[in-house]
Amino acid sequence: MEVPPPGTALVEELDKRLLVQLRDGRKIVGILRSFDQFANLVLEAAVERVVVGHQFADTPLGLYVVRGENVVLLGEIDEHRDPPPNMEKVTEAEIRQAQRAEKEAEKIKKTMKARMDFLLDFE
Amino acid sequence: MLFYSYFKTLVGKEVTVELKNDLAITGTLHSVDQYLNVKLHSVKVTNETKYPHMLSVRNCFIRGSVVRYVQLPANSIDVEILHDATRREARG
Repeated sequence: MEVPPPGTALVEELDKRLLVQLRDGRKIVGILRSFDQFANLVLEAAVERVVVGHQFADTPLGLYVVRGENVVLLGEIDEHRDPPPNMEKVTEAEIRQAQRAEKEAEKIKKTMKARMDFLLDFE
Repeated sequence: MLFYSYFKTLVGKEVTVELKNDLAITGTLHSVDQYLNVKLHSVKVTNETKYPHMLSVRNCFIRGSVVRYVQLPANSIDVEILHDATRREARG
């Protein structure tokens, strides 16, 4: 059976702007300059795309090497749909604030749930 | 190599790939390699409101190691052939 040599799957993506989804949930956008069979990547002009709800901000990172095991997905960015429709670009300070607010809201939700569970224990 | 060969026969079909991070992506299977990395074209994320940033992605490469399930069109599977191939492969 004819099998392509390992690590050739990404040749078509070279020099394109890609959105890289990482295992820890972070998203990095950059130009793919190099890769290997493990999907280790070299991204030029990389930015971290921080998303909170329908807002996002790009934080410049520079030249990034990503270890393959952390890669979930590489998305080819459609330049006509970047930024994504329905999403609003905000400043880094604004997104940090939104992130804090989201964290706070989650904390409140968690304590509320804990209290409810406590009450239900009496039943 | 059985599943690699099998996935190769599915190229061009519409599949849904469910990832270990609970993201589910539907798209046309464009290619697959021996690690079962897959490339999908014209992708659509099942829960778009939760992942709005994915709207700017049309084609994508998914690393085989993060895939949990692949949902296939039922009519594209001939279990009989797969069964035979499994026995043949096991015999070596």
